[in-house]
Amino acid sequence: MTETTPPVSVKEPPRSKPRRKAPEPRSAYSLSAAFGQGDGYTRASAVVMGLGNLVRGQIAKGLLFLIAEIGFIWLFVVSGLPSLKGLGDLGPVTQGSQEWTAAGDFVFVSPTNSVEVLLFGIAWALITLAFVVLWIFAVRSAYKAEVLARAKGKAPTWSEDIKSLADARLSGTLMTLPTIGLLVFTVLPLVFMISMAFTSFDDDHAPAFSWVGLKNFGVLLSNEGSGDIGVNAKMFFSVLVWTLVWAFFATFLNFFLGMFMAMIILRAGTRFKSFWRVCFSMSIAVPQFVSLLAVNQMLQQEGIINQMLKSWGWIDESLPFFSDATWARVTVIVVNLWIGIPYTIMQVTGILQNIPAETHEAAKIDGASWWERYIYVTMPYIFFVMTPYLITTFTANVNNFNVIYLLSNGAPTDVGDSAGKTDLLITWLYKLTVDKGNYNVGAVIGIFTFIVLAVVSLITYRSSGSYKNEEGFR
Amino acid sequence: MSATVIDPAATTAEPTRRHGGMRARRVFGDVASHIFLAVLAVIWLIPVVWVAAESFNVNPNPYTTTFFPTGYTFDNYVKLFTDTQVMNFGMMFLRTLLIAIAVCAISVFFVLSVSYCMSRLRFRFRKPFMNGALILGMFPGIMSVVAIYFILKAMGLTSSSSGTVAALIVVYAGGSGAAFYVMKGFMDTIPFSLDEAATLDGCTRWQVFTRIILPITKPMIVYQAIVGFMTPWLDFVLAKAICRTQDNYTVSLGLWQMLQMEYIGDWFARFAAGAVCVSVPIAILFVLMQRFYQSSMSGAVKG
Repeated sequence: MTETTPPVSVKEPPRSKPRRKAPEPRSAYSLSAAFGQGDGYTRASAVVMGLGNLVRGQIAKGLLFLIAEIGFIWLFVVSGLPSLKGLGDLGPVTQGSQEWTAAGDFVFVSPTNSVEVLLFGIAWALITLAFVVLWIFAVRSAYKAEVLARAKGKAPTWSEDIKSLADARLSGTLMTLPTIGLLVFTVLPLVFMISMAFTSFDDDHAPAFSWVGLKNFGVLLSNEGSGDIGVNAKMFFSVLVWTLVWAFFATFLNFFLGMFMAMIILRAGTRFKSFWRVCFSMSIAVPQFVSLLAVNQMLQQEGIINQMLKSWGWIDESLPFFSDATWARVTVIVVNLWIGIPYTIMQVTGILQNIPAETHEAAKIDGASWWERYIYVTMPYIFFVMTPYLITTFTANVNNFNVIYLLSNGAPTDVGDSAGKTDLLITWLYKLTVDKGNYNVGAVIGIFTFIVLAVVSLITYRSSGSYKNEEGFR
Repeated sequence: MSATVIDPAATTAEPTRRHGGMRARRVFGDVASHIFLAVLAVIWLIPVVWVAAESFNVNPNPYTTTFFPTGYTFDNYVKLFTDTQVMNFGMMFLRTLLIAIAVCAISVFFVLSVSYCMSRLRFRFRKPFMNGALILGMFPGIMSVVAIYFILKAMGLTSSSSGTVAALIVVYAGGSGAAFYVMKGFMDTIPFSLDEAATLDGCTRWQVFTRIILPITKPMIVYQAIVGFMTPWLDFVLAKAICRTQDNYTVSLGLWQMLQMEYIGDWFARFAAGAVCVSVPIAILFVLMQRFYQSSMSGAVKG
């Protein structure tokens, strides 16, 4: 939105909510203001947290800050410092051995559990960051108490503070738990896993491992690769290309065929509309691991499909659904249609019904044929609404673990390879880490997957209307 | 929108074609589309029907030569829940149910809180949080699965059976705060004038949340509750990475286990029976979820 547009558009009623371009509100009680204009007590709060609050009569709040600071410092000295120090070399003992102690006892020295050293180190880094946030909050709170005490004669009391948690500061109240959940179970694992990409944590170096820099990236991108783990550049690129091919077909075949079927069901002449929809949603109403495992059984060499075809005399030998690379690749894409099309039908049906009837009427009166109405009215509308959905579907397909793992499990796999012909990056990662314990290379593959996804999503998502103008449809 | 752009040249040729053969063409189209749909519907239903039929099969082996079983029995269902020697499916079922209820409650609370804040409140962490959630979503989920296992191990949650239940609950529910986009989108369609009126009447933001937004959001809450409830039943990856021993398995792992080499010969019919037991409730919930989703998508405030 530029400066020349009228201040209030017709569609958007004036309201107190800030407009899109308006920055999120910044508190007047910033950290720099606290140091620049605060008095001695406020500045001292940076060292003794809560001092400013105590002086202005906010006893409970001040004490809480103080206790938090003392608690943190104590824990930091006892456990935090050693943990952070451990990040340096991930534990001193790399090999288990037997030693004589000074007292003359024979003891077994077990290797350091580097996983825990790394985990605790990263966790403490996050805790320290969290404390810095708390510290900023405390200093600002002291400054706020000072300013308010000066302006109104006294700082807000404890009960007023509690009340504001349900009103002015409700965002803080509601967001705390979900944010902690995200930090512990999404951010921490990610940082932890990413850092593994730079270590020697593979099958041979467990539990004690150390930092190796960018070596693992080199292993994955070099021609000779690593024979032990069974990865090299050729394999990586073939899996990468197959992942993209798979995601492309899985997304667009599903989309176009699903849209085609939705339109056939929606035709004026089609009867039993809801019956057809129920039929086609059976494959997604049943849990995926059930339906996919069942289909996997049906398509085995001795499975029911091959048996039936043989008994009808259509084939003499079993069809190589999962034993020939091309067959397997086509099979997973086709079976994925079976699961994906119902989703498209559901989405498209709703959208098709929402197309304003007048647009179609107008086009009809102007003499547009069925095909022209489809190309010039229906399609642009569907694309406009479905673009974000298509992007998310593409992303989800790059990460489509279930279909591949449960259906083909990557088969067929050449001897000595760690990835099968239908393995995606994501199932390859899983096999390398959970099954084989080669966490470092797995983490590198995870990082590459992220890069692929981020590039695809950023290009398409940032140019889509829903990101640029979040509130444009109000 | 550019949707109404129509090629004017097309309009001249149309009317002449209109009358002749119009009816015949429509009848042909109707017949063709019904045949097309019928054939596809059969293809769509074959695997489902097959599993349902196999669950009553007298012969527990999957590699039969006939599509439908040669003899029917109800034994597979009875044995599935009574024969607990090798695999205690009943316990797996209860365990999953417990996890599902807890995850349902926590994730509804998390998602509602986050989406209300994102949709209605303006604060400094808002945009960073939204962008952060977006970026986090781009990392493959499997990548953190392994790390989560190590974290839970360090917390001592992986050794005991009750520990794994707690672990699965916190893992499923812990990250649910990032899945706020659908709910936020819905709340965005609720007019802000409602909030303002309530604020003028003296409501705090908490009261706006509980008394104005929540009642309107009810269909979406049901949707979210069903999604949360179904997560543990449908998940396979996380459960597989966290539950390393069979005593801690959830239903999806149990069913998967029944199809492994050493079990499949004796267990396939029971797998089918278990699949039916899990699928029927899930399918009903799924249909319900779709209904609530569609009814909420038709607009937040009626009239």
